[in-house]
Parts: sequence; C-alpha cells; structure tokens
Amino acid sequence: MGLRTPLHDEHLALSARMVDFGGWDMPVQYSSVLDEHHAVRRAQGMFDVSHMTLLELTGPDAAAYLRHLLANDVTKLKVPGKALYSVMLNERGGIIDDLIVYAPVPEQPELWRVIVNCGTHDKDLAWMQRQAASFRVSLRERTDLAMLAVQGPQARATVAALLPDAAGRIGELAVFQGFDAGGDWFIARTGYTGEDGLELMLPGAEAPAFWRRLLAAGVLPCGLGARDTLRLEAGMPLYGNDMNDDTSPLVSNLGWTIAWDHDFIGKDALLAEREAGAKQRLVGLVLEGKGVLRAHMRVVVEGAGEGETTSGTFSPTLEKAVAFARVPVGDQTEALVDIRGKLLPARIVKPVFARSGKALI
Amino acid sequence: MSNTPAELKYAASHEWARLEGDIVTVGITDHAQDALGDLVYVELPTVGDQVAAGDEAGVVESVKAASDIYAPVSGEIVEVNEALVDAPEIVNSDAYGAGWLYKIKVSDAGELDKLLSADEYAAQAH
Repeated sequence: MGLRTPLHDEHLALSARMVDFGGWDMPVQYSSVLDEHHAVRRAQGMFDVSHMTLLELTGPDAAAYLRHLLANDVTKLKVPGKALYSVMLNERGGIIDDLIVYAPVPEQPELWRVIVNCGTHDKDLAWMQRQAASFRVSLRERTDLAMLAVQGPQARATVAALLPDAAGRIGELAVFQGFDAGGDWFIARTGYTGEDGLELMLPGAEAPAFWRRLLAAGVLPCGLGARDTLRLEAGMPLYGNDMNDDTSPLVSNLGWTIAWDHDFIGKDALLAEREAGAKQRLVGLVLEGKGVLRAHMRVVVEGAGEGETTSGTFSPTLEKAVAFARVPVGDQTEALVDIRGKLLPARIVKPVFARSGKALI
Repeated sequence: MSNTPAELKYAASHEWARLEGDIVTVGITDHAQDALGDLVYVELPTVGDQVAAGDEAGVVESVKAASDIYAPVSGEIVEVNEALVDAPEIVNSDAYGAGWLYKIKVSDAGELDKLLSADEYAAQAH
C-alpha cells in the first residue's frame, strides 16, 4: 500500500484507476484520458496534486538561501505572492529538481513557499537541509496540507463562485501569482497544463468537502494520464523524464530559467558548458504519420547524429504523436524516430505544441 | 464488469478468436480495451503474412501504453480491419464486433482447442 492523499476516498468513490506514482496511490484516470484532457483545454478539470511536496522556509536568511540554492533568482519577485519557476542544481550543473517558489505574502512576510516533486522528496530535502546549514533558515514540510489544481478556461470563475470571500482576489489575480485566502488556504494562478487555472493549498481535512463542491459545480476529475498529455502539449518538462541529475538546464530547454547575474550552486559548471557550447538541445518532435511516440525511442538527425526521446505521447489536441527529444545541436528541422525497428519521419519543432485551447503547430 | 461472450475462444494474452469455416477473426477482449483505455493507434499485420500461434502480429496503443497483439492461431492473414486505421476508438466501443483486428485462414482448426473458454479467460483476467 502506498501513501494516500486526503482525497484518496474521493478517488475510490469515483472508481478511479489507481496506480503507484513515486510511492503514492494516485488516480491515473477516472473516465477517459482523452475526455479529461479535452475538459481542461475546453472547460475545466481538477487534479489532486497533494502528493507534491509543500515546503515552507522561514528565517532572516531565507531569501539569501534561495538565491544560493536556485539557478533562477528570487530577487526578481517584486510582488507579494509572485511565483518563480526554477531548477535546483548540483555542483556539476545537473538538475536535482525543478520547483516553484512563491514570494512571501503580507500576512506572513517572512514565509517562502516552495513546491518540489514527490519522486524527488528524499533527495531534495537532504540537499536542501545540507545547504541550509550555513544560513539562518528553517525548512518545514506541510504534510497536513492538500493541493488541488483546478485548470481550464472556466476554472477561475468556478472557484471564485464557490469561495465568495476570495472571489474578488481570484478575479484580479495576475498570472503566476498567489495570495493567502485565510485559514491556511493559499490560492495561486499557476498550473501544469498550459491553460488558465488555479492551484490551491488547503488543510487536508477540508479538501474532500471542497473537492465534492467542485464536482457538483461541474468540474471533471482528471488523473495523471491527462496531467501528462496536457503538460507535454504545453511544453512543460517532467523531472525524471526530460531532465535529471546528469542533464543541465542548457540541454533541457531550460536556459531561460537561469539568472546568470547572481551566484548559485552549479553556476561554474554551467558557465563552462556555455563557454564550450552545449552539445545537445531538447527539441519537440511531431510524427508525420500515424503512430505514438514514447520516451526512450532512438532519434536519428541526419547531419547531426543520434539522440533519444525523453517524453512522448499522442497529443489529443493535435491528434498526432508528439515528443520531447534530446538531440545533438544543429539547425536541422527533420528527424527519424525508431519505432519498433522502423525509422519514421518526424518534424523538429519548438517543444511546445498546444496551449490555451489552441494548437501551436 | 467486462464482457466475455461465451461463443468465443480466448488467449491468455487477451485476444479473442471466432471460427467461421476456416477463417478465424481476431480482436482484443473487452477487458483488454478497458485496461488500455482510449485507443489512439492500431498497427495491423499485412494481408498475406504467415503467422504462427503466439507470434507478434499487430500492436494497439492507447494514450498511456502500447500493447503487442499475438496471433492466437497459425495461418495466413487474409483480411485486416482498415477502418481502425482512422478510427481506433472503435475497438473501445465494440471490441467483439466492429472493433475486430484481422482474419486468419487457419492451417489447423484444432489449435483453437488450446485456447481458453470464456469462463477460463474470465477467471484469469479477473
């Protein structure tokens, strides 16, 4: 038996298909991955993401600690509750994890929220504690909180209608920003789908009732299957697939997240890699014909060499197979993918396929 | 509960087989389509291919996973269900009817006796 979120009984009541995900019992689908995917692109869906690790950082050195720890720079966060996406690197410039950090809000002016992945929980915490030793900062894990993602063009209006006291703030909330809604509720306009929507952190004990209210309001429950197709279409990398401890952000299409003008762990290795020129790039692939792309397929780029897909799926929006692939650098626009021994043509594109309900390819 | 028609024979690898004359029609079971979820791609063998019982012959893929299809009996592929190329979801909606995959002209109809009955298959597929 794996770890259970506060919404476990809700998933069972909906006859969700449960799978092990990083040690957690999580729903992979309730009805149909395609229906769940389209609900988020066209209307609204909700995901239990309580398996994610929620950390709170406090102490006079919290900001300095985060600057040292992260390749992106928290001093960019000028607005309370603003969110920042960053990678956390090892000394070799390899990615330990990717995460979201939220700047403090006026109600808790010294509290930084950090959301890291569930599969990396143990090594992240060990690394973060080790680095914290030379800073006046303390880390606290909030296992008592649940986390819900309500995503899709109708999501914000639906949540606002259910939370009249927070409706005004939800209505005017800027993208990538959160606020304290009281009673240990934190509501942010963030997500992992390429659609508008919210992520809510709330007391685990209150999560089942709120889940049922969302259900009654017509929000479709969505599992990890749709979460993966949505994030892949939206061009969002997945830790463990598209990046890991041995890949740098420069070969993971994450160069844009590096704030070069501050010092951070792994910077020297990145500078050396940049100086020498990155050897690989992470690209998008769209299969020309029929079939499905999966992770770990061999990719042949004529004139450049060979690489490999890191994530792949059937894109419900494009109705074509799409993938991320790490290939040797070059300006080629075509590749061949080895699917069960056949080399099939694919187009090399920017690794973002669909967002805001629209195909981008 | 998945549906397992009594008149068909089954392979443990989740194919069904229906004998009519010397032609065996092959598909995947309702249990298999349900476990895979929304099918988005079907790769069929080529008409004229010779297959032996247990050979890989075809692949079905859902959003989540790819699954090999194994020929339940030996013989020659005489027809494939072309409709599935553009509409693989037919396998989800009608696994035992319009969602058939291909037809084999059997070399030895006795091979069907080695397959499972509906009850035997239902017991092991749970």
